Amino acid sequence: MKINWQLFRRIVNLAVILGVIIWSMEGMNINLERIARGIPSIGNIIKLMFPPDMDFFSRSLSAMMESIQIAVIGTTIAAILAFPISFLSAAKIGVPFSVVFLAKQILNAIRTFPELILGIFFVASYGPGPLAGVMAIGINSIGMLGKLNSEIVETIDRGPIEALEASGSNRAEVFLYAIFPQVLPQFLATALYRFELNLRAATVLGLVGAGGIGVILLQSLQFRRWPVVGMSLLIIIVVVTIIDYTSAYIRKRIT
Amino acid sequence: MEILEFENVSVVYPGNVEALKKVSLTIKEGEFVVIVGLSGAGKSTLLRTVNRLVEPTEGIIRIGGRDITKLNKKELKKMRAQIGMIFQNFNLVNRSRVVRNVLAGRLSYVPTWRTMLGMFPLKDKEIALSALERVRIGEKANVRADHLSGGQQQRVGIARALAQQPQIILADEPVASLDPPTSHAVMKDLRRINKEDNITTLVNLHFIDLAQEYGERIIGLRDGELVFDGPASEVDEGVFEEIYGRSITDDDLRGGTQVAPREEG
Amino acid sequence: MPQGKKVKAQKVARVFWVDRLKKLGALVIIAFIYIWSARGVGFSLLEIIRELPSFFSLLGEMIPPNWAYSRRLIAPLVETIQIAILGSFFGAILTIPLTLLAANNVTRNKYIYFFAKGLMNIFRTIPELLYAAILVAGIGLGAFSGMLAITIFSTVVIAKLTSESLEAISYGPLEALQAVGGNKLQMIRYAVVPQILPAYTSYSLYVFEINIRVSTVLGLVGAGGIGVPLQTSLNLFRYQNASMIILVTFILVMAIDYASTKLREVLV
Repeated sequence: MKINWQLFRRIVNLAVILGVIIWSMEGMNINLERIARGIPSIGNIIKLMFPPDMDFFSRSLSAMMESIQIAVIGTTIAAILAFPISFLSAAKIGVPFSVVFLAKQILNAIRTFPELILGIFFVASYGPGPLAGVMAIGINSIGMLGKLNSEIVETIDRGPIEALEASGSNRAEVFLYAIFPQVLPQFLATALYRFELNLRAATVLGLVGAGGIGVILLQSLQFRRWPVVGMSLLIIIVVVTIIDYTSAYIRKRIT
Repeated sequence: MEILEFENVSVVYPGNVEALKKVSLTIKEGEFVVIVGLSGAGKSTLLRTVNRLVEPTEGIIRIGGRDITKLNKKELKKMRAQIGMIFQNFNLVNRSRVVRNVLAGRLSYVPTWRTMLGMFPLKDKEIALSALERVRIGEKANVRADHLSGGQQQRVGIARALAQQPQIILADEPVASLDPPTSHAVMKDLRRINKEDNITTLVNLHFIDLAQEYGERIIGLRDGELVFDGPASEVDEGVFEEIYGRSITDDDLRGGTQVAPREEG
Repeated sequence: MPQGKKVKAQKVARVFWVDRLKKLGALVIIAFIYIWSARGVGFSLLEIIRELPSFFSLLGEMIPPNWAYSRRLIAPLVETIQIAILGSFFGAILTIPLTLLAANNVTRNKYIYFFAKGLMNIFRTIPELLYAAILVAGIGLGAFSGMLAITIFSTVVIAKLTSESLEAISYGPLEALQAVGGNKLQMIRYAVVPQILPAYTSYSLYVFEINIRVSTVLGLVGAGGIGVPLQTSLNLFRYQNASMIILVTFILVMAIDYASTKLREVLV
């Protein structure tokens, strides 16, 4: 008898996936009935949010502004701290291998550390408020910015460096006139991209007390004041959308 | 008067690759020298030993009578400031504006604190802009380098070298990335500047028709050895076949019209 | 030395002036944003530096991790994985209709298309953890809310990425099927699915990797997983337990990343 191996492999794959799903559902005590009840309740929550509480418009908006401010300052701190690391962790530009390796590992470790946990630590040591949020974002974003930026440094054109060396420029001048202008626009673009992500993070950080619109959400969720939640979500949706588009536009222009 | 002297200069790259073998030659001030040879013959290496982008393994190189192989870092930078270099791939910062790229030629003449702040003296800005005018692209000063055509970019490269107010210009395959009409235009620019300013110019080429047309003196390299040195008028196809070690093909000719359009693209 | 015609100072001024004006304008706007932001968050370098020691002493209290505690972490760790698996799985299924509706070469009706795209973009602005917090308030504490939050997030993210790939497929196979008289469903099954399947699988795995990271912190808003004991340890100032949790979380995330990379090689 001839065995259809492709079909066999497919069946095995499917069986494994199905097994994992069933195991998960068993473990979490989830059955189809619970799901069937869960999905309508999502609709129900959304219904409760309407109409959004207009009295909370200005408070929510100013809290959202605070989230933006947290993201702006946090991203800037991260960009400044990540700048030297971007070069230290870039291979092929004359940094010793051991330094590059160490810097890359540090960046990886920072990247896997969840923002929210950092937020809790900073709230514990700095007290509740936006500054804790700024620090959480500022430290956490170093990981990703450093990684992306070092990749940019690794791909620069060496031609201008050779040209300036040939004309007798010193190292500082080579850096400022041959390396810096090549990487700067892309560094800015990665910082802007990270800013978009950080704005979302800044809306969440309030849930652990680190300022921004999350604080209003936390309070209104505690007391199930759904129309206030609706208002806050509405403002998040509108503001994040506007900033996403603006940021994407600027990124396109500068690179 | 001799401006450049090579005395038994050899270069050995790591892995025991001999790129130059005991080359000796003398170049007079204001000469326009074309160096020909196959790729890998040592043209690039020869050019780069002049400003020590490549360190000679042995031998002496004199510029204006002074041995440059023993210069310390500071003296080396000072010496490099006097030598302009033009590259096959232009080596411009694509994202920077043309005038920034040309000002880079002034870096070694301006105090570092000024260059760090981007505060170039008026005199240096004037030098940069007049360098651009001399290669007929003064109106492109504020355009980003990567918005220019290849020929225009190479002229920015020439302007950057000119902004150094050099004694010597080294051009490493300056037209290899350009089309035939633009190649002729760029060669004409180099020749004109050489004549007008009396700047000693060394050009690497692998196109023999360009070498014959624009060179005054031709130096032939083969496997790192100097195999020919004489006026362009003495050179014919036989000499090139000797230098190349094979018969001449169409690929060795740039061809094209000799009347270049004033502005391209 | 060069004898070219001398450039007039006027021209020098013009060339560099344009540049300065542009820079100045950008600087003013940026300065405004920074002053506004710094005042808003009460930014003070002094305070940041003054409080740093207390931050580090807090980190210091986490050392050494309480190794014995790790035994109690197996159950919540398993739950974390299960939340991510189920959320990703349901998301990957629910995303299919949304993907089709949000691809302009499948959905010819402009209104439906824009509605689907819009819905996707709206849901994308809200982070997973907010969904989790909302669902915890609306449905109740526990892993079920966390899983639903991850499902919502996965659905829109996979749909966004996949619908973009779907819009870029080649039309050759579609035309060929049209030519032999296939109907719409047949065309999707035999011309669209094979082209889109690798991207879909790959995005689903990518979202799964994100979901593992998210599900480790879901507990901080009460939505199950390893974040629940973390929250408790932090509230009770049991920092050595907390660091043990963070350590196992690290290991989990790295192990899953590795497994996911292997799975990608097998599936894609």
